[in-house]
Amino acid sequence: MKRFFVLLAMLGLSSAGARAAQAPSELRFCLRADPKTFDPLLVEDDNSETIRYLTGGVLIRINRKTQQLNPELATSWNVDSQGRRITFHLRPNVKFSDGTPFSADDVAFTMKRLMDPETHSPAADPFRSSEVSPRITVSSPLTVSILFGAPVAGMERLFDQVAISSAKSPHKIAAVLGSYVVAEYKAGTEILLSRNSNYWKVDTNGVRLPTIERIRLEIQQNRDIELVKFRRGEIDLINSVDADTFDELTRLMPHSVLDVGVSLESEMMWFNQVASSPVPAYKQTWFRSTGFRRAVSEAINRADICRIVYRGHARPAEGPISPANQFWFNASLKPHPYDIGSSRKRLEAEGFRLRGSALYDSEGHAVEFSVITNAGNRNRERIAAMLQQDLQAIGIRLNVVTLDFPSLIERITRTFNYESCLLGLTNLDLDPSAQMNVWLSSAANHQWNPKQKQPATTWEAQIDKLMLAQAGDTRPEVRKRAFDRVQQIVSDEAPFLYLVTKNSLTAISPNIQNASPAVLTPQAFWNIDWLRKPLSTTESR
Amino acid sequence: MRRSQLLAISALAVLFVAAVLSGVVSANSHATQYREMPGARPSAAFLLGTDELGRDRLVRLLFATRISLLLAPAAALAATLLAMIVGGIAGYFGGFWDRCIVRTIDLMLSLPWLFLLLAARALLPLNAPPIASLIMTYGLLAALGWAGPARVIRAGTRKLCESDFTLQAGALGCGRFRILWRHVIPNLKPILLAQLWTTIPIFILAEANLGLLGLSASEPFPTWGNLLRDLQSPFSLRPEAFAPLAVVMLSVACLKLAMPHQELHT
Amino acid sequence: MDDCLFPNTKSALATLPEARTAMRSCFKIVISRIATLGLTVLLGGLLTAVLVRFSPGFLVDERELDPRLDEASRRSIELEHSANQNVLAFYAKRLERMALHADLGDSPSLNRPISQLFQERFPVTVQLMAIGIAGGWALAFALALPSVMCRSRVFHGMAATFHQILMCLPAAAMALLVFDIGGPVRALVALVICPRVFEYVRNLLEEAYAQPHILTARAKGLGSGRILTRHVLPSVAPQLLALGGVSVSIAFGAAIPVEVLCDLPGIGQLAWKAATARDLPLLVAITFVVIVMTQVCNTVSDWAGFRGRQA
Repeated sequence: MKRFFVLLAMLGLSSAGARAAQAPSELRFCLRADPKTFDPLLVEDDNSETIRYLTGGVLIRINRKTQQLNPELATSWNVDSQGRRITFHLRPNVKFSDGTPFSADDVAFTMKRLMDPETHSPAADPFRSSEVSPRITVSSPLTVSILFGAPVAGMERLFDQVAISSAKSPHKIAAVLGSYVVAEYKAGTEILLSRNSNYWKVDTNGVRLPTIERIRLEIQQNRDIELVKFRRGEIDLINSVDADTFDELTRLMPHSVLDVGVSLESEMMWFNQVASSPVPAYKQTWFRSTGFRRAVSEAINRADICRIVYRGHARPAEGPISPANQFWFNASLKPHPYDIGSSRKRLEAEGFRLRGSALYDSEGHAVEFSVITNAGNRNRERIAAMLQQDLQAIGIRLNVVTLDFPSLIERITRTFNYESCLLGLTNLDLDPSAQMNVWLSSAANHQWNPKQKQPATTWEAQIDKLMLAQAGDTRPEVRKRAFDRVQQIVSDEAPFLYLVTKNSLTAISPNIQNASPAVLTPQAFWNIDWLRKPLSTTESR
Repeated sequence: MRRSQLLAISALAVLFVAAVLSGVVSANSHATQYREMPGARPSAAFLLGTDELGRDRLVRLLFATRISLLLAPAAALAATLLAMIVGGIAGYFGGFWDRCIVRTIDLMLSLPWLFLLLAARALLPLNAPPIASLIMTYGLLAALGWAGPARVIRAGTRKLCESDFTLQAGALGCGRFRILWRHVIPNLKPILLAQLWTTIPIFILAEANLGLLGLSASEPFPTWGNLLRDLQSPFSLRPEAFAPLAVVMLSVACLKLAMPHQELHT
Repeated sequence: MDDCLFPNTKSALATLPEARTAMRSCFKIVISRIATLGLTVLLGGLLTAVLVRFSPGFLVDERELDPRLDEASRRSIELEHSANQNVLAFYAKRLERMALHADLGDSPSLNRPISQLFQERFPVTVQLMAIGIAGGWALAFALALPSVMCRSRVFHGMAATFHQILMCLPAAAMALLVFDIGGPVRALVALVICPRVFEYVRNLLEEAYAQPHILTARAKGLGSGRILTRHVLPSVAPQLLALGGVSVSIAFGAAIPVEVLCDLPGIGQLAWKAATARDLPLLVAITFVVIVMTQVCNTVSDWAGFRGRQA
């Protein structure tokens, strides 16, 4: 009997001891799908980008809050006056996660691999200002310079996307310089990241960062299930939340949601102006008329879209650049006003006439066209339905056609068998040089009329000239003036009808300390090094 | 006629008349957005409230009933008849026909027909009326949805072929087609009807799911399928959002009860 | 009935030469079955390749919308996609790799070997389907049997209403409701299969119970259990087994939305990802698997049905 109670006491003590043991602090959130790659140079999708952000060490980091450049692995850098050469001075005594020392040879190795055409790295394209391969010079273990064949506009910012790999480590890309390393990967289920014990960053008290020891990334595509998990406390944050979910969470967990303000994402619409498209000639005439495009734009009630579709968490869009892009936004631009009277006047000036409730062109064709958008996006489908009612007020009949995404891409990039298109736009890169392929009339992403041999209009020729000028200049104020002018021309000529700019909405558990969501991705955990989570014994698995 | 049959037929008639005369039930159109009242609760002006764009839920539901009450059962009936023909031939004639048909059924059940639906949608003109897309979707569902039931019907046919009355009919000199038409098929009715009642809601939900790929009617055209999609996010749901579900269930139940009772138990 | 695997087995065993003849004919039937399966798989793979190749959006890639890519990157993306432009050449190459190297190839959209993807995901789907089929049939019987045996209008009405709700509720809503109440998400496939088999099961049982010999057995005082197991179930077995074979296809079809909605890493989710990405090699490989699975299950159910009728 006595032995029984001793055993019981021992069991009680050991379990108490287990309860008292501190489990590692663990941040948990969801990825929409498995990352397609763990190679930082081959990142193309958002999920792989999340892994890269958390594990990759970069020379320069864009501070997601201030949008300024922060030194990381490079303590300083300078760009020559021509914008062709950049020289980095590297941080000393830094090691990769496996203990391999970091030096200028690793930067050279990474850049060579990045620029190698065989690598097919998406991050390399913005660096390719000319056919000539860049020349990389290692002048000392902590100094490296890169000379490009032609000026690269906004060069420093591009290094935010280049995670440095080791030239010497036997672990290759698994050896990282970032805050975390990939500890475990269960395909389709989760990824576990553990703190990089060799991470170079320390706080003001000399304590090695990051504070959170582990990050558990669950693979979860379903947003509603993600929401349930957040409500139950099974995950700590949802990086980007839609307006309906935001309002729901505001009701249930008001201290866990934050509207950070206007983001870089907007919704826009454009008309097909490709001459060789199967669109009937009389419709092409409408779409090529600036007056028609402006009239349609002024008939759209953007305020209603913000209020109803986005529940007030959006604002009417001014142009291609969101106000969230602090430096490049043209503050003199205003959204096209909602003005039915002005819209009708513009249509009359173009020869359109209202007969009863239907609008006709000068040749007697009823004004009717279709808008394609991707199926499955409820907000976009709602916007399309609202556009139908808005355009009905000026006598235009709009047919909404939802297509699956590959079918839609085929129509807007290959067959051009569409009349107008409603899609979203996200400017991942703040610098306008990242949008060269949108604004140059000869480029593939000049959506309304791509790959033109000669600019079809004088204003497109003007945009070409301005974009090339800003890409070849290193002076920020000169570039800003040129790009401000581009934004003004786009607003006046309306090749794209910018509808709304969405707000950045996130959900973060109040348990997470030092959270300071930003509008740039990754909104909720951009400052991962500084986030803190109190230790909890229930967290360990 | 049984009382339940009479009630079911009356309910269907009322539903159909209300759907056709939705303009009398309410002055609102199915497409008009009352933007000052999105997500409004039921009231005198909007008996089932409004949806997220301020459209009258009741009118949209009645409008959807007009189309779906005709298309879904029609497609299900077509699929069932196809299954009856294919499964009946396989089970009755056996041998080479049976082997070929069974392999065809297995292929039909295994292929990703989604791509055929996408290709068919691509062929439709962009300015085609929304009803055209819906008819195309239901038509293809009917053309592709017979394979599974055909197998079950084949098994039932084989069993009937071995029964006494068919053997007797054969012994009395009845031709093969006459036996199939006059004796076998009428006795397949319970299986066929079970197939029909199961297929109607399957097709409605399939149309809803295909809407996620743009294979259903586009805005502002309401269908039972795209109204049921609202149930996919049940967290912010209100009771009135379940009205489409109730109408679908009521319609299918009434269609079942409206069938003469003795046909269910031949 | 030439799809019988063991024709006249008992009588053939009576003499040795006849036994050898029976074995030879069984062997021929097995070989012919395998050949038919092989032909169906080949034809199914080719038809899938044609369907996918000529579907809209096959040759395009979402990456083309990224304005940061230069012309060379776009060209290489286009080349990647046009590699499989010729369906027959693609298919022939695929079959050659499978036959000579037992290699299913790589998935271009997921950047991983297809065999590895199958190895990871198959157990998830098999488990989901097994639970779904067993649970779905059990639930269907649990609803149908009392409804038929008790002949209670109230129970009949309740079973019919429950069945209607399951039929009409979208899988997405069911998944979320089950998940929200903390229920086993893997049981969702059972809730999808149950209403699809319930009607058949109930009608078959009603028909069986109306048979004269059942009525006689009841009148003579035979117990319900005995009537069910010795008289009713054997008479409906062939049709139930045929439905069982189809259940496998229904279960796989039901597993796709359940896996997609609940993020279960199975073959169904893989099929959906492959379809949206127009991943031709992966879709062809999945079709092979589905055809083999469907054929094997249907053959087994046909054979079991035949044996049931013989007995």
